[in-house]
Amino acid sequence: MHKIIIFAFFCLALNSEISAQTKLIPIDGGIYLPLYSLDSQKVAVAPFKIDNYQVSNAEFLDFVCQYPEWQKSKAKKLFVDANYLRHWTDDEYFAPEMANQPVVNVSWFAAKKYCECQGKRLPTTAEWELVAQASQKDKNGYKDENFNQWLLDWVAKPAPKNRNRGSTFKNVYGVYDMHGLVWEWTHDFNSALTTGESRGNSDLSDNLFCGGGSFSSKDLRNYAAFMRFAMRSSLKAKYCVGNLGFRCVQ
Amino acid sequence: MKTVRIYQTILLALSAMFLVVACKNSNNEGSHEQYGKLYQNLVEPVKGEEIAVLTSAPEVPPPITRKHATKVIVNLEVIEKDMPMMDGVTYNYWTFGGDVPGKFIRIRQGDLVEFHLKNHPDNKLPHNIDLHAVSGEGGGAAATFTAPGHETQFTFTAMNQGLFVYHCATAPVGMHIANGMYGLILVEPKEGLSPVDKEFYVMQGDFYTRGGYGQSGRQPFSMEKALKEQPDYVVFNGHVGALIGDKSLKARAGEKVRLFVGNGGPNLVSSFHVIGEIFDNVHREGGSQPDHNIQTTLVPAGGAAITEFKLDVPSNYILVDHSIFRAFNKGALAMLSVEGEENKAIYSGQQDDRIYLPEGGAIQEMPDEPAEPVKPMSKEEKITAGKSIYASTCQACHQADGKGIDGAFPPLAASDYFASDPNKLVSAIRNGLSGKITVNGKAYDGVMPKQTLSDREISAVATYVLNSFGNKGGEK
Repeated sequence: MHKIIIFAFFCLALNSEISAQTKLIPIDGGIYLPLYSLDSQKVAVAPFKIDNYQVSNAEFLDFVCQYPEWQKSKAKKLFVDANYLRHWTDDEYFAPEMANQPVVNVSWFAAKKYCECQGKRLPTTAEWELVAQASQKDKNGYKDENFNQWLLDWVAKPAPKNRNRGSTFKNVYGVYDMHGLVWEWTHDFNSALTTGESRGNSDLSDNLFCGGGSFSSKDLRNYAAFMRFAMRSSLKAKYCVGNLGFRCVQ
Repeated sequence: MKTVRIYQTILLALSAMFLVVACKNSNNEGSHEQYGKLYQNLVEPVKGEEIAVLTSAPEVPPPITRKHATKVIVNLEVIEKDMPMMDGVTYNYWTFGGDVPGKFIRIRQGDLVEFHLKNHPDNKLPHNIDLHAVSGEGGGAAATFTAPGHETQFTFTAMNQGLFVYHCATAPVGMHIANGMYGLILVEPKEGLSPVDKEFYVMQGDFYTRGGYGQSGRQPFSMEKALKEQPDYVVFNGHVGALIGDKSLKARAGEKVRLFVGNGGPNLVSSFHVIGEIFDNVHREGGSQPDHNIQTTLVPAGGAAITEFKLDVPSNYILVDHSIFRAFNKGALAMLSVEGEENKAIYSGQQDDRIYLPEGGAIQEMPDEPAEPVKPMSKEEKITAGKSIYASTCQACHQADGKGIDGAFPPLAASDYFASDPNKLVSAIRNGLSGKITVNGKAYDGVMPKQTLSDREISAVATYVLNSFGNKGGEK
């Protein structure tokens, strides 16, 4: 019992310290053209709000305190793989310097549940990509070769040791770390593979591997988008990956 | 509390049992007996099981001696890591097994290969593998599409013999290959390959960096240059100088050598040539029928060749891409260092060097006008004149920045070779220089021919060199 009281206090302390940082940023909405699509498949994105930061370890700790069934040792194996919260030392402990780093090694199920418990949800790929197009100065950063090269440069470096939230850049909307920190889950991360109805028999391998990738893409030079597409496609909902986190929208 | 723990233990045990059962099921699906039955009529019965020996270039796994097909388990790990492209240049390579090219895989025709692709948890990206030795969807690409921190498995039968490239085929494919994701898999014919004394693994690749050749620091991948197919580096075995100096391939005169030569690309086709040798046999593109007496063989991007030759005499044989600017300016240079007994009948070496006068010894052309007495040049004039002489005479080897080419042409920049005695510089220009020398801590063993320059020109270019490239000055 004694342990539980201390534990709860630990959760509260973190909560008040960190929650001040994450806030929802309104996004006007707009048109998103998926990487593999025809003009007729433009996606209209309605206005929404997005977290300005990725979810941190401290915030996720708060969540597992409230919902112990999502603790490292208790989460159902149907919903997480063996790497779930692998970087945490215990059900409720991780190295102190990780508090403000984005939580990784979380499954899609866990991320979705986290957002729902905050009264939010995971962003759709269209919503996420719409915000990710923004550079520091422009809502459509892809027009800027320097922006594209910056995105590629991130991949050309090993994963940085210091991955505090806010350590990359704030885009024109005021949203941090859309690129350069860790990849992010989206609600429909695998939909490009399962809904191929208007693209004939274009399946995973047709789209993704070798020559196949070049046929149906609108934007062959957007290598960073190809990498995000490939990353999402390699996932299953229970996978927990060391450089994959998430943020929520409303 | 105790009850809860027991309950948890039971739950754990139950889920563990469930897992075991699940695993067993999937094992059954892939069991080698089942595949054996499936495939025994296709090629030949599969007997036994072994784990493949994988080697890093330039090493090659030992020849296969067994006379039957077997089940071979291949474990290949993808690792993204920083390594030097050349001295002072860092590149983030994506590798099959920790270096470029990827590990060499050696199997026999008819083998049943259970392939495991492991994507290291610290990697940023998903990867997969397309083995050109595989008959089937994507060469295994779709079956091995692997998220970081995961491992995938598929099985294939090696239907065709040959030397095959494997590579990553995850979008954007060009970038995965450009970062080093390629290697070779040899499928030996049932009867094996003819015995040789030495086998080596050499694989060419082109690299595209933001900075130009030799620009120091971390160099990220340049998509622009890759699209234009204008590489800064064209190298054997992943790095400039990977097979130069101490790391040269080594053999003895009289030995038979087999080179497994691959080309990962992503863009360039290689004009593979060994300076001073003639290939006795070439299995073009790894095929079954050898051609004989070949000087230069084309190795396509995503292709390979087997070259075999007997080393008749000792020499430093230079492996090049004979699209020759790549060799001298982009790094496509390797060395096969061969020691042993000379055979003057096969190769004499230089026998004489005598004056050659096209007009004949007796006729001399007289100048129309008496020559003006030449004024001595000032130091500044020497440096100005020397600069253009350097550009036309020296730069091709010693490079515009005076840094030379590692392992082949010694640096003139901040050189300790002539720092204490500038006459050594003049002597090298006037008389040429050959044999072993050490410059700035590195050994060179090449030949510089004497230069056809006047005393005045030698004085100018030597003064230019002494006052350039971080050398300490002086005048000759």
